[in-house]
Parts: sequence; C-alpha cells; structure tokens
Amino acid sequence: MLDESNAKSMSIIVTKGTLDWAYPPFILATTAAAMGLEVTMFFTFYGLGLLKKDLNLKVSTLGNPAMEMPMGGMHLAMPNILAALPGASALTSSMMKDLIKKKGVASIEELRDLAVEADVNMIACQMTMDLFELKKEDMIPGLTIGGAATWVEAATKCDINLYI
Amino acid sequence: MADQVLDAKGLNCPLPILRTKKMLKDMPTGATLEVQATDPGAVKDFEAFCRTTGNELVEHHVDGKVYYFTIRHTG
Repeated sequence: MLDESNAKSMSIIVTKGTLDWAYPPFILATTAAAMGLEVTMFFTFYGLGLLKKDLNLKVSTLGNPAMEMPMGGMHLAMPNILAALPGASALTSSMMKDLIKKKGVASIEELRDLAVEADVNMIACQMTMDLFELKKEDMIPGLTIGGAATWVEAATKCDINLYI
Repeated sequence: MADQVLDAKGLNCPLPILRTKKMLKDMPTGATLEVQATDPGAVKDFEAFCRTTGNELVEHHVDGKVYYFTIRHTG
C-alpha cells in the first residue's frame, strides 16, 4: 500500500463525537491515506461513538458562541441563550446536514467507509467501551480493540500525531 | 487528451483528492488522468498531493469555474 519513497505515517486521537468535530479527523485520515501515509485512528470517550454502526450525529450548539450558519446571504449567530433552547441542536443539525449535501461535502458515513477502504487502522478504546457499556456488535467490523499503550506504540513510529 | 477523465465537479474537499487517488491506483504507470473540479482549494491541494505522492502534475488551468488538472501516474 505504501510507496517506498514516502513511507510516512500519522496517528489521530479522536475524542469528540459531534457532527462538526467528526469531520477533521476523518478528512485528515482519508486524505493522508490517499497521499500514501499509514494512518492510525484511536477513538476514545465521545469519539468512540463515531464507530457505531448507525450514526445520527448532532452539532454541538451549546458552548459554541463562534457558531454561525449561512442563511439567505447573511450569517445566523447562535448565542448560548438560544443554543440552550429545546430543539436548537436538532434544528441546527438538520440545517448543517442540508448544507453539507448542497455544498458537495462528504457525509461522515461516506468518509468513514473511505477510511475503512483505505486500510486506516482504527483502534476502539477498550476502557471507553467498558465505561459506556458499548459492545463490539454495536460497532463497525474490522476494529482493533486496544488501550493507551496500543496508541503509544503506534505513535512512537508516526511522523505526525494529532489530538482532536 | 488524457487517458481517463474524472469528473469531480461539485465535490468539496477532500473528495476530489480521494476520487483521484482511487482512479490512479487502477491505472498503469505513465497513464494520464484529467481531473475536473470546481473546488477553488483544489489547486493547492492537487499540487501538494502530486508532490507528496510522486505523481506528475503535467498541467493545470482554469476555464470559467472549472479547474482542470492533468496528472501522470508515476507515484
């Protein structure tokens, strides 16, 4: 899989499981794999949810005062007082999913499939699985189940290590 | 004329790069691929992709809103 001339590698620790936070790790992992890097992703805490078979991801509106959604040529801000209202997260999430489709941005499911196809090594954190009572059957197939030491070993050999 | 054409118009980062890689993988060494994209970020990205993977960016130009890249599979 690797070009001999470019045997570089990257690891990413994925700690967050909202729609917006799911993009950076999957975009970087798939792109790096396409550029010939060997990629390892370590999914822990809320990031582990991104490995569930069925995803229904939501945007985190609360505590995100920088959030602005384009709307009719303007930008709609999301102050915390609004973000805390019931339904705000569901509404913003469905707006975001519409935008994603309209702008030709890949869905997380699509990027995750591409990552699997590109042989990205995905490690599910054993401790998080115990903590949140998640079973292997709930997750996509082909995962490595491991802990901190599994990531540390991979990271010592990587050129790039990211925490997202 | 390139040997194969990839229409990546309307796709956003990183899909044009991912689709390109997928096509190049199945093409013989020395064959050329023309990629058509509308993502303005594609220019920087295809230059970086080619430098990193060792594929040759033979030529690129823009015509209206469409960016054209000719890549020789040498990586």
